Amino acid sequence: MCGIAGLFLKNPALEAELGGLTAGMLAVLSERGPDSAGFAIYGNGVPGMTKLTLRGPAGFDFAALGAALGEKITIRDDHAVLLVPADAEGTVRVVLKRDYPALAVVAAGSRMELFKGVGLPADVTARFGLAGMSGSHAIGHTRMATESAVTTQGAHPFSTGPDQCLVHNGSLSNHNDMRRRLIREHITFETQNDTEVAAGFLSWQLRSGAKLDAALHAALDALDGFYTFVVGTETGFGVLRDPVACKPAVMAETDDYVAFGSEYRAMADLPGISKAHLFEPEPAQVYFWERAA
Amino acid sequence: MNVALRTSTDVVTFDLASEPLRALNAGLAALTPATNRTAWRITNPRGAHAIAVGVTLPVDITIEGHVGYYCAGMNDGASVTIAGNAGPGVAENMMSGTVHVLGDASQAAGATAHGGLLIIAGNAAARCGISMKGVDIVVKGSVGHMSGFMAQSGNFVICGDAGEALGDSLYEAKIFVRGKVASLGTDCEQKPMTPEDVSILASLLRRADCGFDPATFRLYGSARNLYHFHVDNAGDY
Repeated sequence: MCGIAGLFLKNPALEAELGGLTAGMLAVLSERGPDSAGFAIYGNGVPGMTKLTLRGPAGFDFAALGAALGEKITIRDDHAVLLVPADAEGTVRVVLKRDYPALAVVAAGSRMELFKGVGLPADVTARFGLAGMSGSHAIGHTRMATESAVTTQGAHPFSTGPDQCLVHNGSLSNHNDMRRRLIREHITFETQNDTEVAAGFLSWQLRSGAKLDAALHAALDALDGFYTFVVGTETGFGVLRDPVACKPAVMAETDDYVAFGSEYRAMADLPGISKAHLFEPEPAQVYFWERAA
Repeated sequence: MNVALRTSTDVVTFDLASEPLRALNAGLAALTPATNRTAWRITNPRGAHAIAVGVTLPVDITIEGHVGYYCAGMNDGASVTIAGNAGPGVAENMMSGTVHVLGDASQAAGATAHGGLLIIAGNAAARCGISMKGVDIVVKGSVGHMSGFMAQSGNFVICGDAGEALGDSLYEAKIFVRGKVASLGTDCEQKPMTPEDVSILASLLRRADCGFDPATFRLYGSARNLYHFHVDNAGDY
C-alpha cells in the first residue's frame, strides 16, 4: 500500500494554503498508510543561507542549540530547522556531529524542510504544524511498511541531496546492489531502506549534472522493482511509474496547480478540482514540472 | 431497516457527503425483488471505494461523480452509471447487468467478470478485462498495457488503441480493436472475422451507442499454443 500526495503550485496566490491542502490530502491517505507519515515542503529561502532540518530525541533542547551556535532555529516538535550561512554548512555539520551526536540532519537545502514521524498521518502533520506552512510545492507520504521497520527513519520522504526529496509507493528488488554502487560514488545512506537508494540514485544523477527529467529516465533502466515515485527539487516536481505500473497514481492539473494522489479521493478537496484535467500517468513515462527560478 | 433515505419522485437520493457508505451498500443489499425503490441517485462519491458492490437486483443506480476502487463489483443485474471516472477494478467480477463509466476507468476494469456489459466512454488504464470470464466490455477510447491478460471468454471491444502485450496468454475471449495495437502478448494473434464475429461486434457497438462500422475493426484471439505443455520447453522451467 502506502499513499502519496504531492502539490506543485503554479499560482503563487495559493502558496499560503499549501500546507493546509497538503495536510488534508495526507489525512485522507491514512487508510493507505497508517503507520507513519512525512512531508517535504519548499517555502521561502533566505539568500545566502541554508536550512538544515534536524531531528532529535524526545525533549532535546533545540533552543539551547540555536543559542550555542548563534543561529536562528525554528522548533517543530522533535524536528527543528536551523538556518545557517550557506558557506558555514560544512562547519556546522562537523560541530553537530561532534557535539550533538543524538541529532540527525534529515535534510538540507535553500528552501526545503522535511519532517517525518511514526503515527497516524493526521497526528504527524498536526505535530509539525503543516497546516500553517506555506510554500511553492510539497510532497508527502503515508506509509504501510513492507521492506523495513516502522521507524521514523524508515518513513518517507528521503533526502540524499540538497533540496531533493523522494517518496515511493512500491518496493525495489535491486536496492542492495545499487546501494553498494552508489556508496562507491560517495552517496551516503542512513538506513537499509530501498527507497533511500532510489533517492540516492537520483541525487547521484543530479550531482553529475543531469536535469530532473534525465535523472528519472536513467532510473527506469537502473532500478528494478515496483514503484511510483514523486520527487521534488528546489524548482521541480517529477513523477515516474515503473513499466508494469501496479501502484496507483492519479494526477490533476489546473491553471493553478499540478497535484498527485495515490487515489482521486486525496484530491477531492482541492480548489477547482471539478474542472481539473484528471489523468493517470503512463507507465515508464517521465513527468516533470519546473518553476521559473 | 433503519437507514436514512430520502425518496423523491420515486428516485432514492443518497448523499455520501452526509450519510455513510456502509448504509448505502446495506440499503442496496436489503432490497427485495418486490421493492419499489428501483432508481437510485448517489451524490458526492468523492472517490470512495466499493460503492454499490454486490447488488443482486435489476435496479438503476446513477453515481454523480468520481468513484474509487471496485465500484459496482460483483454486480448481478443492476444498471450502474458512473457520471465520472472510476478507480481500479470497476465492475470486477460482474455477473450480469450493465456498468457504464462516462469518464475514464483506472486499471483492471472488468477484471474476472463473468457476465453483463461494461461500457467505458473514455479510456481504460492497464489490465482492462484481465481474466475476463464471459463479460462483454466496450471501451470507446484506448486501453493500457496487458489488457485482456488471460482473458477466458466474452467479448472485448476497443475503439481506440491498445497498449503493450494485448491479450497475453489469452484463452477464448475475442478482442476487437479499431485503432493501433502497441504489441501483442504471447499467444495472441490476429484472426479472420467470421460473419458471427461481425454480428457479435455490431450488436455490442449498438448496445454501447457506438457509431463505428464493424468492418473497421480487427479481431484478435488465442493462437492456442500455450494450451498444451511442449516437452521441448521443459528446460525453461
